[in-house]
Amino acid sequence: MKIAFLEPDKPVSGPVIRTSSLSRKFEKLSAVEDLSIEVHRGEIFGLLGSNGAGKSTLIKMLTTLMPPTSGTATVAGFDLQRQSSQVRRHIGYVPQMSSVDGSLSARENMEVFAKLYSLTKEELKTRIPEALSHSRLTDVADNLVRTYSGGMGRHLEIAISTLHRPDLLFLDEPTSGLDPVARASVWERIEQLRKDFGMTIFLTTHYMEEAEDLCNRIAIMHKGKVAAIGTPTELKSGIGTSNATLDQVFIHYSGPESS
Amino acid sequence: MASPISLRANRTLEFITTTLAILELEARKLKHDPSELVSRAIQPLLWLLIFGNVFSRMKGIPTGGTPYLDFMAPGILAQSVLFMAIFYGISSIRERDTGIIVRFLVSPAPRTALVLGKALAAGMRALSQTVIVYVVVMLMGVHLNPSPVAHLGVLILVLLGAAFFSLFSLLVASLAKTQERFMGIGQLMTMPLFFASSALYPISMMPGWLQVVSHANPLTYQVDAMRTLMLQGQVSAYGLSTDFCVLGSASIAMVVVAGRVYSSIIN
Repeated sequence: MKIAFLEPDKPVSGPVIRTSSLSRKFEKLSAVEDLSIEVHRGEIFGLLGSNGAGKSTLIKMLTTLMPPTSGTATVAGFDLQRQSSQVRRHIGYVPQMSSVDGSLSARENMEVFAKLYSLTKEELKTRIPEALSHSRLTDVADNLVRTYSGGMGRHLEIAISTLHRPDLLFLDEPTSGLDPVARASVWERIEQLRKDFGMTIFLTTHYMEEAEDLCNRIAIMHKGKVAAIGTPTELKSGIGTSNATLDQVFIHYSGPESS
Repeated sequence: MASPISLRANRTLEFITTTLAILELEARKLKHDPSELVSRAIQPLLWLLIFGNVFSRMKGIPTGGTPYLDFMAPGILAQSVLFMAIFYGISSIRERDTGIIVRFLVSPAPRTALVLGKALAAGMRALSQTVIVYVVVMLMGVHLNPSPVAHLGVLILVLLGAAFFSLFSLLVASLAKTQERFMGIGQLMTMPLFFASSALYPISMMPGWLQVVSHANPLTYQVDAMRTLMLQGQVSAYGLSTDFCVLGSASIAMVVVAGRVYSSIIN
């Protein structure tokens, strides 16, 4: 039916991300090669891999920022390429770099970015104070963001990226460069978002304990391919070492001997 | 299920909302730090006071009986808008470097709405320059057109010029991707755009080949219409409707092209 294709709030079921043979080449280099994965609705999914493994390219493709060179994917129930604006409506993305405007206040950043999602005035009125309070930024909401600590900035970015209540939130190294207290509070916020809104979380990280404690399932990428995928327990029991740690799993699949 | 008609209305509304959101972002930045507006106002002031005063003593420029200061006033207004707009793309490179642009691009906002918002923000900066130039030229005794409608026309031309050149700049920024490359190209573009136009002297003074070049320059039409509308008793060289058509269609084409190329800035 043609009209369903145009309908913005098409109900979705099945996996929230499904890629089939998704690939991205840069001239001769295959950044992502023939990648087929599924991410289930409501899970916290961790993507691990050494630098250059293809994580960022995969996230760029899944967030519609870069077209794949071949293969297909559905994200939040929409075709990545043919329905990219629908995909954008249903996802949130916190990039690795700070992506808020430091010369404006937190409240202003929220108001402006919420308008890019066409939220109504009523929605803004309830969701902004709520998000500020969940992020513990209410007291500093009118200060310029450039005066914020790294942790506060991160919380603000998560808050802005979830004002439109996406089905799926991408977090690219959400805790890199944060102190342990700030990291713990970001983890807490991520858990809360999943609990409150049933949001699926797709995150990348270099911290193994973060992946282990937070993620339901983990994929380890190596040279553009998925080297291993499963729950932390499955991965640890899958490398033939007794009492393996996730660090050992990571090295097993991404170390210099792996190909 | 929404009908196709209400869906189209929604999309139009979404387009307007997102365009205005980008404009609002820029307006709020200026509100926090308006120093940029002040420093931008100084350049046209210096052109008028120094260059204008010296050149009005030189009687060799065939302005068709118009005092030179009058002749150059609309040219300087167009020039100050051009200089602001042609470097406007650098803010998008900064937004790319900080990651803000990613936030624009992962939102459902149509790309054309994003770039149109940027164009309007450049127009907003141009308005402050217009106010300054008008105040100064009035103080300097330039013979302005008594019709207020004509000056409304000047305002529209200022906005169109700001839109066209800022989007051209955005296009260059999207392809250049680094501040260094962009600055090099920007410097390279400014001079021919400015001097191959009738901003400082009539086109008839130029050698034949440069006259041909100047006719491909939207600034030529912008200055022609601005001179006609801003001053008393001027006759347009190409006709006002041609001027507005050229500038208007060039701006619309630029919104479409820049909207298509904009997202490539991040890759």
